[in-house]
This record gives sequence, C-alpha cells and structure tokens, in this order.
Amino acid sequence: MKAAVTSSGQNLESHLDPRFGRCSWFIVADTETGEYRAVSNEQINSVQGAGIQAAEKVSRLGVEAVITGHCGPKAFRALKAAGIKVYTGGQGTVAEVLDKLKRGLLEEATSADVEGHWM
Amino acid sequence: MAARLTVAVASGKGGTGKTTVSTNLACTAAELGYEVSYVDCDVEEPNGHLFLKPHLGRSRRVYVPVPSVDTEKCIACGVCGDICQYSAITCLAGNVLTFENMCHGCGGCQLACPVQAIKEKGREIGVVEEGHAGRIVFYHGRLRIGEAMSPPLIKAVLSAGENGCLKIVDVPPGTSCPVVTAIRGADFVVMVAEPTPFGLHDLGLALDMVSELRIPHAVVVNRSVPGNDLARDFCRSRKVRVLAEIPDDRRVAEAYSRGELAFSVVPGFREHFEDLLASIEREAGR
Repeated sequence: MKAAVTSSGQNLESHLDPRFGRCSWFIVADTETGEYRAVSNEQINSVQGAGIQAAEKVSRLGVEAVITGHCGPKAFRALKAAGIKVYTGGQGTVAEVLDKLKRGLLEEATSADVEGHWM
Repeated sequence: MAARLTVAVASGKGGTGKTTVSTNLACTAAELGYEVSYVDCDVEEPNGHLFLKPHLGRSRRVYVPVPSVDTEKCIACGVCGDICQYSAITCLAGNVLTFENMCHGCGGCQLACPVQAIKEKGREIGVVEEGHAGRIVFYHGRLRIGEAMSPPLIKAVLSAGENGCLKIVDVPPGTSCPVVTAIRGADFVVMVAEPTPFGLHDLGLALDMVSELRIPHAVVVNRSVPGNDLARDFCRSRKVRVLAEIPDDRRVAEAYSRGELAFSVVPGFREHFEDLLASIEREAGR
C-alpha cells in the first residue's frame, strides 16, 4: 500500500509530525517494497486552507492512506473525498508507524479528531 | 454646522476608548443640533448600543456569495480549485468540494469554470440593524458567531448609514482588513490611544496604516494622567496632532460599567467633547 506519513524529517527514522496540514514533510512509502521518498510541504506557511491543500497534495501523490497525529474537519472531508484512508493518533518514528500499518495494527479514523487550527 | 463629514474613531490596541469617544461625541453633536448618525462597525463585538440604548427598528440579513456546483454539468477538471487562493473549492478524485466559510466571494471559480457548472448562492454572515437613540440615527452590524469574515458586513453597515450630515464610525481595533474597510471613505480618522508603552506601540502601527491610506488623522489620548508625557512625546515624534486628552477618572469607568455615558454624568466631560468636535471640524478643513 502506498501511504503518506506526516514527518518532522526526511527519512524513516524521523519522528512523526502530529500536524497534518502544517507538517514539515510527507514521507511517501510503499509498505510492500519498503521504498520511500520525502516530499516537502509548502503549505506549512499558508494563510488558510493548509489542511485542504495538503489533502490535494497527497491525493496527487497517489497515496491510499495517510498516517498523522491529528486531522481537522476540513482536511478529513477532503481526504475522504479523495478516497484516502486516514489514521490519526500516530506516534513514534515514521518506520514504526509504517510497520504498524503493514501489520494491521492501526485503526482507521471515521471522523476528524480535532477542530481546525488545533495547535 | 458641518456638512457631510464622516469621522472614523479607531485605535491600534483594543480597549483604549473608541466606543467612549464615539458615543460621547455623537451625543455632544446631537445636543448641539447636528444631524448625526452613529455607525458601529465593530461587528465582532458591537457595544455602542449599550450606551446609546437605541430603539432598533429595521433589521437586514447580509449575505456573501459562495459557489454552488451543479454536479451534473461538472467535468471535474479542477480549474476552480486551481484559481481559488483560499482553498474554498477543490477537486479531489473527481469530486468537487466547497468549503463555504473559506470563500471570500470573489466569483473567480464561476468565471473560470469552462462548462458553467458553478452558480452563486448566498451565505448569511450577519445582520445590519437600524434604529434611533434620541436624535441620533443608529446603525450597527452583528457578525454571526463563529464567522471569520467581517469586511462584507462592515461594508453593508457603512452603506446603510449613508445619510446624516455628521457620521461617526466606531471602528474595530487593530490594523487589518476589517479596520481598513471601516475607515476607507472616512474624511477624518480619530485615533484613540492610551499613554502606555503597549498602547503607543499599537498606536504606531495604526498610524502607519492610516498614513498609507492617506486619510487625515489626529490622536485623542484617553486616560491621560498628569505627569505622563509618553503619548504627547510619541505623537510629537510622529508629527501627529493631539486633539484632546481625556483625563483618567474613576467616575468615567464607573459610568462605563453601568452602561452610562460619561458625557451626562461626569462634570466637565461635555466640554471636552465640545472642544474635540470643534477641533475635528477644524482639522478636517470644514
């Protein structure tokens, strides 16, 4: 499965960034092959709509799932419209959460878990 | 007597006394026989009505245009999302989504849509209420709770208050879009400042803004204390005139806390405002 993890850095050992719209990086990884790449998030400083724009971005990257810490209502709605599975509550390193996703240990979110601008 | 003068009462910092100055100024002018309207543009938290106690009559809802997408016509090309600077409309995996409270109502998506699938509909952002407080014609806007975009409502309040010879506009605090919207079109801006480092810092920002807009302006120092020359020195360094200094007086605060006009309960206050009104007219060149 192709998944995007919100990340504070550019590799698998980086810590997950709990923000979705304003994360520093997306690590886009293939859970089967283990291949990954880091994609910077230009939305980190946008005035408004960071979550929606981040959802547009990961949709264009062709991911099927997003793993992050928290996801607000607009980003959640946009990700769902794009047909992307959302996993919130992620903690630890990017490698750890990807491993959990692969082993089916993450629970898919059914709604936004925070209000917009939660941080 | 003044002919068609619009005076905006603004400040950088909040809580410096805009409402105190604007309501007392309106009452002073009314007692002197002016045809006066008071226009409360602080639509996020209007409070002039607490002091003027108007009898409100007409109420009008204000809407902003937002896109409505005809999914039958839509070809999911994504052009609408590309043109929108506010992420208010986006196309994801063939689905067009709108986020109405992000929309600034520019109509760009409607123009850009190649198949005319987007129409405008109205989203209510607040109300404009009108009334009378004695001889004063009263207008204010009330923004819907949770609503972030106040400029369209402020414009509606200003255009509702388009009559009257002397128009006093109570402006929201700060230096951002709502403030610019409320003072644009004014003949003169009165900046209410308090003589504290924090107050003067924000006054500086507000003076930068009003200079940029090229509107004639001057300062009223509120809660002035003898021996505190901070505000006077600051205004001298910025080459801005101080039109009045309203003394710090516990009775003014007490009157305010009861929703009373200092003008009618604190001796000497009336004279301050009569002088201020004369100074404003002189400065505004009328």
